[in-house]
Amino acid sequence: MSHNYSLSMKNITKKFGDFTANENVNLDVEKGEIHGILGENGAGKSTLMNVLYGLYKQTEGDVYINEEKVQIDGPLDAIAKGIGMIHQHFMLISAFSVSENIALGLKSQKEPFIDMVEIKRRIKEVAEENNLTVDPDAMISDLSVGQQQQVEILKALYRGGEILILDEPTGVLTPQESEKLFATLKMIAKKGHSIIFISHKLDEVLEICDKVTILRRGKNVGVVSTENISKKELAGLMVGREVTLSIEKEDIKPGKLVLDVSNLTVKGSTVASSLKSISFSAREGEIIGIAGVDGNGQRELVEAIAGLNKVISGTIKVNGEDITNKSAKEILKRKIALIPESRKVVGSVCQFNLVDNMILRQLYDKKFNCWGVIKYKEANIYTDEIIEEYDIRTAGKSICAAQLSGGNLQKLILGREIHLDPNLLLAMHPTRGLDVGAIEFVHEKLLEQRKAGKTIVYVSTELEEVMGLSDRIIVLYNGKITGIVDQLEASRELLGRMMAGEYIDDIKEASL
Amino acid sequence: MNNIFSQLDLAFWITFIAASVRTAVPILLAALGEIFAERSGVVNINLEGQMLFGAFVGFIVTYITGNLLIGTIVGATAGMLLALLFGWVCISKLANQIVAGITLNILALGITSYFFRIIFGVTTKLPHVATYQNIKIPLLNQIPILGEILFNNNIIVYLTIFIIVISNIIIFRTTFGLKLRSVGEYPRAAETMGVNVKKMRYIAVGICGLLAGLGGAFISVGILGGFMENITQGRGFIALAIVIFGKWNPYKALGAALIFGGAEALQVRMQVIGIQIPYQFMLIIPYLLTAIVLIITGRKAIAPAASGIPYEREKL
Repeated sequence: MSHNYSLSMKNITKKFGDFTANENVNLDVEKGEIHGILGENGAGKSTLMNVLYGLYKQTEGDVYINEEKVQIDGPLDAIAKGIGMIHQHFMLISAFSVSENIALGLKSQKEPFIDMVEIKRRIKEVAEENNLTVDPDAMISDLSVGQQQQVEILKALYRGGEILILDEPTGVLTPQESEKLFATLKMIAKKGHSIIFISHKLDEVLEICDKVTILRRGKNVGVVSTENISKKELAGLMVGREVTLSIEKEDIKPGKLVLDVSNLTVKGSTVASSLKSISFSAREGEIIGIAGVDGNGQRELVEAIAGLNKVISGTIKVNGEDITNKSAKEILKRKIALIPESRKVVGSVCQFNLVDNMILRQLYDKKFNCWGVIKYKEANIYTDEIIEEYDIRTAGKSICAAQLSGGNLQKLILGREIHLDPNLLLAMHPTRGLDVGAIEFVHEKLLEQRKAGKTIVYVSTELEEVMGLSDRIIVLYNGKITGIVDQLEASRELLGRMMAGEYIDDIKEASL
Repeated sequence: MNNIFSQLDLAFWITFIAASVRTAVPILLAALGEIFAERSGVVNINLEGQMLFGAFVGFIVTYITGNLLIGTIVGATAGMLLALLFGWVCISKLANQIVAGITLNILALGITSYFFRIIFGVTTKLPHVATYQNIKIPLLNQIPILGEILFNNNIIVYLTIFIIVISNIIIFRTTFGLKLRSVGEYPRAAETMGVNVKKMRYIAVGICGLLAGLGGAFISVGILGGFMENITQGRGFIALAIVIFGKWNPYKALGAALIFGGAEALQVRMQVIGIQIPYQFMLIIPYLLTAIVLIITGRKAIAPAASGIPYEREKL
């Protein structure tokens, strides 16, 4: 071998009981290289990294660092061997300050006491060296997501991390914050660090990585250089078949007003997610996209319309009728369908079988209810219909919902809600965590509904999808609308700036 | 009425406050222990049982050996052993902390009552041991009023003050304290920084049991010089409330414990003074105060984020 790999993982297999999360996976990373690991959700990317970081113990296989076989016994050992991990969900304690987070687990010069002076001095030093902006005294809970990520990177570098692992690092960032992250990563790599970049987003991987290892269902399907591969080829490798990446949409003239939200104020779980007097409307045959970084009021908006969250002031009208603060049942009766954010917690009852889940929303309907007794004969037929129509891959309708894969469960929920023949369909992250095929299917069905003249409110953090599907896009920031733009006007850059809090009017004015 | 107010002179207040301090000590010791446990993410509802163990074993060992110090130490250790059993069930076996805590409380009540009867039989003449002598701290005890309240106490009271100061330093100034707090806030993050979550929680629960046991021993051999069934009378639960009221901070817990100590001392005095209210109502005061305080402060109190949640490592 002529290569000088700073990290090699050879034939890694990891099993959880009967389930094999990784099977004979190989990974080689050179010094100074940004190496992508691409795969769909559940392809085994995170498992592989947790093995590398010592959080999981591999069932089989070996890990080599600088060509030397090593045994990693836990995170502390991984850190000692120069591996730093920036997790998808930040491993920061929000009740602590930046310096406390960095000091955690480190030996102090003044044992048993914490040497805060030294810690702060070193933080400033490392931050300067790597062009990071971090205030050691800030509380984590006061930092933006992008800033928290910088703290995570600094934490890894502070501990002498030579190999940095970033697990889906852009999922929670605005496009601008992502750009900044990429610049930082490129610089760190140039200094000789190796970076492992885990993602399921093709554009990003192509933009930042030198090489990519592709995983599918826990197995290696290839290692490619990003120089000579197209997005489509990469997608094909990841999914294992040909895919279309573009969304094709017919022109439809919007009909009459369906949803009218005015001056809506809702208390959310955080200050940022509380809606502050927002107004917008939606018409028949229209898909309204709601873009924004997670936690800026999207959930509160959808829940308020669906009757799951209390409205403090303002009104919500559907087809001219005021439905503000009506019960969820009343709202359901007015045919407002909901595809909730969490398939497993809100969208279905995991322990129930498919039939029960299918009729859950129509228990009051005479069709399935005879004096309080469920008409299972009708329910079974109904379930079979939807399973057939929505191509839900299942071992039968009597298995419990928890046994379905994410994509199939989402199809079930989609089918159930669309079969309500809704006036208004609220879809929250309907494609999150799905594989490319299932995403295509969801898009297709939503566009069908649009064609049938339904109104859809579509919440997603995936800008490409929002821009592809929506007729108009609303950007939420800090519980306020920073702008409403037509699909034709929308660009990543514009939406990104609005997602970071700039008002569209200000942006337009500045560009004049 | 005049008669009552004439009793409220300076001497009354001094003995009242001194009694408040004495009454606050066992609750405070347990609360300090609980602060360690909850900061590490374990809600030790078994506190009452651990106090009861400390009180019982402390008394028995003192009775047998005739040595107060040995009795107290063994009593505290007994509290710790029960706490470690609770820890094993909750930390290693991932049981629900509330259920395990309540079960072990019932167990502790049963065991102590049973063995007390086995050893001493059913009798109206309760066995007694000598209690700790008060130690006057030279010079300081000459300070008017304060001297009598603070510097004329037994060794455990002084020890408690020392433990408050030390606890505060350990929790907020040391690397150990940082690790302790981190496993109570976000154990997974702590683990990625190389902190052994289970070990930290065992240590915290052990400290908690030790302090709760000491608090229990203080009741039996420190104040009363005797033991009876359910001698702790729910003080462990009051300590749990004090931890919330004191916002998981040793000094604030001291303040909170003094309020409850005061309420307890007050109800005793109100009975003695002869206010015309049935004494059962007086007995309610400290518990009622606990409930009221929890209603007022409970909503605003921000507990360690992971407190009460078992931590499992390889979870997919």
